[in-house]
Amino acid sequence: MLLLMKYTLLYSFVLMLVALGGMFSERSGIINIALEGIMVIGGLVGVLATNMMASASPAMVVLVSIAAAGAAGILYSLLLAFASINLKADQTIGGTALNILATAIAMVIAKRINGTQSPKLDYYNGPFIFDVGGLTLNVFIVLGAVLLIVAYVLLYKTRLGLRLRSCGEHPQAADSVGINVYKMRYTGVIFSGLLGGIGGFAYIAPAVQSWNFEIGVSGMGFLALAVMIFGQWKPFRIFFAALFFSLFRAMANIADSIPFLAQLHWPKEIYNMMPFIASMVVLALTSKKSRAPKAEGVPYDKGMR
Amino acid sequence: MNKRRIASGLQMLLSALVCILVGLVIGFLVLTVLSYTSLAAAGQPFTMGDVITQAYNSGFKQLLMGGFYLAPRAVRNEIALTAPLIMTGLSVGFAFKTGLFNIGAAGQYAVGAFGGLLFSLVFKLPWYLCLVGAALFGALWGAIPGIFKAYLNINEVITSIMFNWIGLYAVNTLTYMGGNSPMYNLKTTKTWPVAAVSPQSAIPDLGTTYFKKPATIAIFLAVAVALILYVVLNKTTFGYELKACGYSKTAAKYAGINEKRNIVLSMTISGALAGFGAGLYYLSGVAEWQPLVSTVLPGMGFDGISVALLASSNPLGIIFSALFISHISTGGGMMNAGMFPPEIADVISGVIIYLCAFMMLFRTALSKLFTRKKGKGGNE
Repeated sequence: MLLLMKYTLLYSFVLMLVALGGMFSERSGIINIALEGIMVIGGLVGVLATNMMASASPAMVVLVSIAAAGAAGILYSLLLAFASINLKADQTIGGTALNILATAIAMVIAKRINGTQSPKLDYYNGPFIFDVGGLTLNVFIVLGAVLLIVAYVLLYKTRLGLRLRSCGEHPQAADSVGINVYKMRYTGVIFSGLLGGIGGFAYIAPAVQSWNFEIGVSGMGFLALAVMIFGQWKPFRIFFAALFFSLFRAMANIADSIPFLAQLHWPKEIYNMMPFIASMVVLALTSKKSRAPKAEGVPYDKGMR
Repeated sequence: MNKRRIASGLQMLLSALVCILVGLVIGFLVLTVLSYTSLAAAGQPFTMGDVITQAYNSGFKQLLMGGFYLAPRAVRNEIALTAPLIMTGLSVGFAFKTGLFNIGAAGQYAVGAFGGLLFSLVFKLPWYLCLVGAALFGALWGAIPGIFKAYLNINEVITSIMFNWIGLYAVNTLTYMGGNSPMYNLKTTKTWPVAAVSPQSAIPDLGTTYFKKPATIAIFLAVAVALILYVVLNKTTFGYELKACGYSKTAAKYAGINEKRNIVLSMTISGALAGFGAGLYYLSGVAEWQPLVSTVLPGMGFDGISVALLASSNPLGIIFSALFISHISTGGGMMNAGMFPPEIADVISGVIIYLCAFMMLFRTALSKLFTRKKGKGGNE
């Protein structure tokens, strides 16, 4: 049971962080399908930073590597922002390109560092995890809880949040009262890069000490998109949606150690499939009520009425 | 009218060439950086000239020469790779033409591969029926996102992505079944080779230097499908209706076109094309399915996106863009792997898709340039 809790918590904060990132981006009007790629880049840079800081104190390792992961995510997300805001590119295609590019870049870098054909990187994750009464937790859970509250306050209680939301609903109206739509959309994408990058590192670092970059982040970025939709683009709902999805995701890890599930002798792949099937069912059930930001996916053109 | 068509075709070609050029330049820069780090690591003194020479000789040359670097063997591989790539390109391109983004070609490809293997390894049917089987399984996997889109109004991009993973895991489970699957060879940890188990299920080859296994007649079949698709899209009412839905769903509905049925049909056909491509690949015996290590979605599906975008979804253009992509990925595999990981080819195709995303912008700029030259106002 502790194991199930450990993995559920681990995955739910990853999904929540990334989905919150997607929320900021979409609330400002940019569909961010590149979350998967941003996670990969964040994870890669985080791991590299951890290895570089190997001799520093644990607190420094944690601080610097998380900051590096977030910064890398921001830099990478700027590519999406530039294409979709300044060049008015198709946001879905641009995001897909960034996803493909991210895995390719990660493979090239990982293989080059190893000097072999193996895209696996090893690292020491000791500084990131700690035990509380037998339950293994990690620093990302603490960080995630703080960021959840920050995200809520930022989106609903500040001027920035109000302006950002208005750009996702009716950018023309926002522009007419003097809000810089481009700037707001950049802000949204940058937040998503920050949270996506940290989320990618949060997925990789606490769980294992060696990561195969060939699999990227195995679809977690896409699941986060489903979490965001299920959470109706609202912070606290996103948190509960993330908990729900990660319960399914955690089952794959611990199916062998739960007696009643182990007796079914289902292959691991069935459990791997579950979160995706669950997300389809949930999306099918909630689609009628779903209320996405109105202007998401539409490039903002000042001359358009 | 005809002149305008040629002009717009020329613009597409030009913008595709620009994308390729920029992609290759970035690829060369990556190679140069890697070349520099490897020389720096060796500790010997070196000049910038050495860096560039090494980047060219052990990386970029192979990339440009593709299969011809190791002719004829690698040329055969390149041809074998092109056939399924044309199909996934057509799959994505056809969906684009009808206003849908089929990012699910990878999953449809995986499920199609399962269909092909089922009909060949288990039912031992002749190859053309196995191809039909592969297409049917792919069609099924394409139809699902179509139904979700048409009747539940869920974006096909999200659905396709989810069904990519569901399809991949399902195919892995079914081809393995704890080692008990009739398709699974415990010794090689792959599925059985089609030609060995059921010779009539393997796609025949021509037996010439360049068209010997794995380069079978698959490529001709793929080209034939591209031609058929071109005719259907441009010369038939059915194709016109599908395209009309792509231009404007509401206008199509107003004109009396059943837009829901057409969305499902488009996705089904798109899935069938991807599945057919998987059939071409696995029945030609290019490789076997590896259920235990296939934790990654087949790259063929995502390369199909680059292929389609590069050709502006034109079925005839897709033949050539597929050749290009398979050329550089074959070349990528022949670079000095210790220094230059083969994924550099993926970096290039990723850059190309990124550029294609705003190719429209580039094309408008081009067309402005064209019209200005003629001394007319922009009346497009």
